[in-house]
Amino acid sequence: MVEVLLQYYPEFFKGLRLTLILVGLSVCIGFLLSLPIALARLSNIRPVRRLAKSYIFFFRGTPMLVQLFLLYYGLSQFESVKESILWKGFLESPFWCAVIAISFNSAAYMAEILVGGIRAVPRGQIEAGLAVGMSAHVLFWRITLPQAIRIALPNYSNEVIFLVKSSALASTITLMDLTGVTRTLVSKTYMPVPMYLFAGLLYISLNYTIAKFFKILERWLIPQRHA
Amino acid sequence: MNDASPPLQSSVVMNRKGSVAAVSVLDLHKSYGSNQVLKGVSLVAQDHDVISIIGSSGSGKSTLLRCINLLEMPDQGEIRIKDELIAIKRTVNFAKPAKAKQIERLRTRLGMVFQNFNLWSHMTVLQNVIEAPIHVKKIPNSEAIEKAEALLHKVGIYDKRHEYPAFLSGGEKQRAAIARALAMEPQVMLFDEPTSSLDPERVGEVLKVIRTLAEEGRTMIMVTHEMHFAREVSSEIIYIHQGKIAEQGKPEQVLGDPQTEQCRNFLARHLRPRDTLKLEP
Repeated sequence: MVEVLLQYYPEFFKGLRLTLILVGLSVCIGFLLSLPIALARLSNIRPVRRLAKSYIFFFRGTPMLVQLFLLYYGLSQFESVKESILWKGFLESPFWCAVIAISFNSAAYMAEILVGGIRAVPRGQIEAGLAVGMSAHVLFWRITLPQAIRIALPNYSNEVIFLVKSSALASTITLMDLTGVTRTLVSKTYMPVPMYLFAGLLYISLNYTIAKFFKILERWLIPQRHA
Repeated sequence: MNDASPPLQSSVVMNRKGSVAAVSVLDLHKSYGSNQVLKGVSLVAQDHDVISIIGSSGSGKSTLLRCINLLEMPDQGEIRIKDELIAIKRTVNFAKPAKAKQIERLRTRLGMVFQNFNLWSHMTVLQNVIEAPIHVKKIPNSEAIEKAEALLHKVGIYDKRHEYPAFLSGGEKQRAAIARALAMEPQVMLFDEPTSSLDPERVGEVLKVIRTLAEEGRTMIMVTHEMHFAREVSSEIIYIHQGKIAEQGKPEQVLGDPQTEQCRNFLARHLRPRDTLKLEP
């Protein structure tokens, strides 16, 4: 059992690397996308609000696997997509399909998290900003958003951990992420127990690190909580 | 003097010397649903006036103060800062400042101190004080820091300047909040019950700072329950009862010789010996 792991462990780490890239990229894109979506969600303009709500409704309401298949197998059905400049090297690649699916998905969840955070910023903090003459713009970037992110931090930590686990779905569209590598090795060696156990161990270590990272981030951003 | 609102006919209020009042409020009305909080209140603060607004809770005194910088939108009435009328846009359902730029500019001239401090919790004391000068007034960082440190010295919490608000006592928080308001160099200071959420032994240190400001000749409008303090520092006291000004005048007049039954009862409840203030020397 140990021998097979010793023999194949570089493969595992190659897979882990791809998982890390997938998740890292998706978290960043998802976070950036979640900002405008959250703002649209809170907008006073009804159609804008509706649009954001529908986006969130769609991505939260359907399985990520379905979204992934829709992108990867679905897009190639359209000649116009295949002829567009986005096809070559981008939409045709399973990697970018996975990144798009995961980040659009996380954008929906992160937007909801952010909306919750923004709504939870105490009224007095906002009033203090208004009272010194802050414009809506300054108020949002200097007071509301920094506080909302701090309030939402524990939820972000959950979301990233959730993404790490969801990224395993990328293996279904031929990607050699940690799960993909493990599945290949299992079919090669017929030894599912050590292989999946080791993969699980790697996932759990990664998530432990992420949780720790967020704890440190929290300590740094919210010193008063650790008085 | 049951109806003590001054007879304001012209909209720009002048004082005897012919200069324009720092703040003039004319006939404010405000309701929350069917609850009428302000029923036509007028108020004039000349430069260097210290006006204390007193009254029982729910009388509308905080609402009045918060209407001055439009943290609350009055349903009716006018507010002028110097000779500039604050433009308010009203529809059937809501009211809001008509020109965002105007109200933002006028708010920088009105320093506000809240009952619950409202220091920004994600910033240190110093960051709280320099925030608006840098991001609203756009003055250079180094200049803002220099001014902020001087102000923190003045209110006596210079050594706490790198602490987060959560690590300060109530009195320190309120003094930081006063420094934050002063950093914008406002022409008028608005105090909304600045000592009401403090421990009794912390009240004195905040009142001392406010007294210094009064002695500097700053224009201030203050909602307070500290009757003795109000008597000492105010040039005028306004007693509000059920959304109307019931008494108005010099401190000795309103506190010493109240004309209305409600004011006498109110003072009887609030001037008991236990409220006697010991100000630090």
